[in-house]
Amino acid sequence: MTKASEIRVPANEIAVRPTIESSVAVVGNPNSGKSTLFNRLTGLKQRIGNYPGVTVERHTGVLSFDGKQTELVDLPGTHSLSAHSLEEQIAVDVILGRMEGSMAPDGILAVLDATNLYQGLFLLQQLVDLNLPMVVALTMTDAAVQAGIEIDVDALGAALGGVKICTVIATTGFGLDKLRAAITELPQMSPPSRISVWPELTAAAEQLRAVADDDLAFAESERLLIDGITERNKSFASALSAEAVTKLEELRREIFGDEPPVAAEARVRYNWVRKTLQSVQRSAPKFHSWRTRVTGFVNQPVAGTVGLFVVMAVVFQAVFAWATPIMDLIDGLAATLGVRVGALLGDGAFSSLIADGVIAGVGSVIIFLPQILILFLFIILLEDSGYLARAAYLMDRTMRSVGLSGQSIIPMISSFACAVPGIMATRVIPNRRDRIATILAAPFMTCSARLPVYALLISAFVPATQVGFMNLQGLVLFGLYMFGIVMGILTALLMRKTALRGPKPPFALMLPEFRRPNLQTVLIQLLGRVKVFLYRAGTVIFTVAVVVWALAYYPRSEIIGTEVEKQRQVAAYSLSGPELAEEYDHIDNLASAAQLEQSWLGRAGKTVEPIFRPLGWDWRVSAAVIAGFPAREVVIAVLGTVYAVGDEADERTLSGRLKASTWEDGSPVFTLPMVIGLLIFYACCLQCAATLAVIRRETNGWGWPVFAWAYMTSIGYLGALLAFQIGSA
Amino acid sequence: MKINGYTLATLKKGQKGIIQSVDASDPQVQRLMVLGLVEGTEIEHTSSAIGGDPIEFRLFGCGISLRQEDARFFQVAPVAAGD
Repeated sequence: MTKASEIRVPANEIAVRPTIESSVAVVGNPNSGKSTLFNRLTGLKQRIGNYPGVTVERHTGVLSFDGKQTELVDLPGTHSLSAHSLEEQIAVDVILGRMEGSMAPDGILAVLDATNLYQGLFLLQQLVDLNLPMVVALTMTDAAVQAGIEIDVDALGAALGGVKICTVIATTGFGLDKLRAAITELPQMSPPSRISVWPELTAAAEQLRAVADDDLAFAESERLLIDGITERNKSFASALSAEAVTKLEELRREIFGDEPPVAAEARVRYNWVRKTLQSVQRSAPKFHSWRTRVTGFVNQPVAGTVGLFVVMAVVFQAVFAWATPIMDLIDGLAATLGVRVGALLGDGAFSSLIADGVIAGVGSVIIFLPQILILFLFIILLEDSGYLARAAYLMDRTMRSVGLSGQSIIPMISSFACAVPGIMATRVIPNRRDRIATILAAPFMTCSARLPVYALLISAFVPATQVGFMNLQGLVLFGLYMFGIVMGILTALLMRKTALRGPKPPFALMLPEFRRPNLQTVLIQLLGRVKVFLYRAGTVIFTVAVVVWALAYYPRSEIIGTEVEKQRQVAAYSLSGPELAEEYDHIDNLASAAQLEQSWLGRAGKTVEPIFRPLGWDWRVSAAVIAGFPAREVVIAVLGTVYAVGDEADERTLSGRLKASTWEDGSPVFTLPMVIGLLIFYACCLQCAATLAVIRRETNGWGWPVFAWAYMTSIGYLGALLAFQIGSA
Repeated sequence: MKINGYTLATLKKGQKGIIQSVDASDPQVQRLMVLGLVEGTEIEHTSSAIGGDPIEFRLFGCGISLRQEDARFFQVAPVAAGD
């Protein structure tokens, strides 16, 4: 491409792995197209980690251009460098080089949404003051043209201290190569010159720097003047001398008087933004695009709300109906594989471990991968298209009537995938009472780990008859999701009326324009989720499957073994041919059932059976439920293992085996009231160690997680008890 | 804060106004100001959810939703339609 690649590199300078030459922070407003751009620039060369000591994800990627490697750090979206939330504080700390274990970046890639210059330019003023090399990526330029926004890019660059601006359309790839070149050259570029927005603050910041004995950066000096010394910047501010602290207080009184500094900053900076916009942005005729039509539709209050419910119903129908063929395929493959491997390895403990433990256990979890893929695909699409924010807006009034806010809806919807990121997403809720109420409600949302249990029981025990455009199975699944929502809402309401009583603070929600999600970005996110799921299936679930297999296999009873031999000999006298083979199978199955019953797992199940007997559960279901307390998706693996060695093993699939399972008197264990009770138990019970851990971390103590666990388990037990007792009466 | 004046909450659907004054004593209101709800900014009521609450506003092309009760912190001067 350039001459650089033609220059021969001396052998001793060729690195085995390409070395990272510089690090660039990617900064921008939420919904500015920052993540899409980041994905386009780095592709699959990404890493997701955590910032030290906090649960915020650290996304980094490598940009390769012209033989040079640049590390890109995708920072959480922020409106201002004044840190109001943990995510914003992290963005600020990374940019200012205060983050433990990482240096200040060599440059800034500022992402500016062309359809929302107003809020974008507020942040950009603060970024220019950082005095770091900077390039601006002006995104969404296609949407801006449709919306009738015409931007004078040269004038904009001049207004921002001569910063370089690259116009891009991340979805089509327009302008990306120029941007890549600019990012790669960034460390050699000089920072934009300071712009005169707020002379009083600039002067004060310089005065403070003169007094502070260490090398206080200009931007840090500015931030100290506006934010003061707070809980969040205390560790950094403690390095200031007493003289500097006195000077700081004096300067703050001088500039702001009685006006709250944050309000003063907003007034001054937005005043500059409005003036700047007059010279850089013009109105042009609008295009009527699909965007206008979609927005027009969802903005009608009633139609929009009805639309929201239709969207949710379609998602649940899709999760159930579309995945079935692939799931049947996986199920069949796992069953065949188990039989083949079992036959290949012959009888004995090792063969049983592989066939009944590993293949049956892990296979019964892997089977839910298609459903999880579809669910995550929808959640990612809804989020990336901007619809989730719209859902929060439409549902705010409803959420408020139960003591939550519209912002609670995003953590709640995320919890349909997994309560752990859902609970982490509650950080967007500024009010602590709202936040804890949301944290307690979130685990009731049907997470992807509950889905396998629901799917298994529904496909086995609910007939697939058509009801309108949905089938009954889809409808029951929808009902279970609704049940979770209602339970969560009742919990929040109860909490807000009792332990978490208090006033409701002001609330605002940004409503981004609808946009077409980018395929690459969607796939990268989906791949990340699949990795997490498979990792869990390969580690936690594999381990539990093996442990449960061992508990179900040992100890072996020799008496049963001798008895089997006797019966086989008796059968061989009186029978022959296919009848004999059938009789052998029957004897073997009875023997495995007897072995299972006297195994450690069987004994444990029988010990706890009296507790669960009123719910209609036999010792096998009880044992599986107990094993599922650390992670609920394990239950399927445990059922898979337990029923693989029992006398229902004639049935090829797990659901067939469940249907065939009986009490001693021959009546089925899985009656409809019992199945409904089991579903209710799963809908309520907090069987997830990861959720408990994240609640502890987010609430700073064991009180709330212990309460949540006891509360949810009691409700699940009582619900199952009522369903079984009333249904069986 | 004047009670009888126009606030963001009194703007009708499709109506535009310019923010005149903001009661900034509450830190949460200051947070809304950081989002751009400051004096001198033109704002339009574009839609509302069922029951007229919350309200969606547009300021310089970006959509932001506020509740009725919070919209009252912002006094506005309505702009005649057609401007």
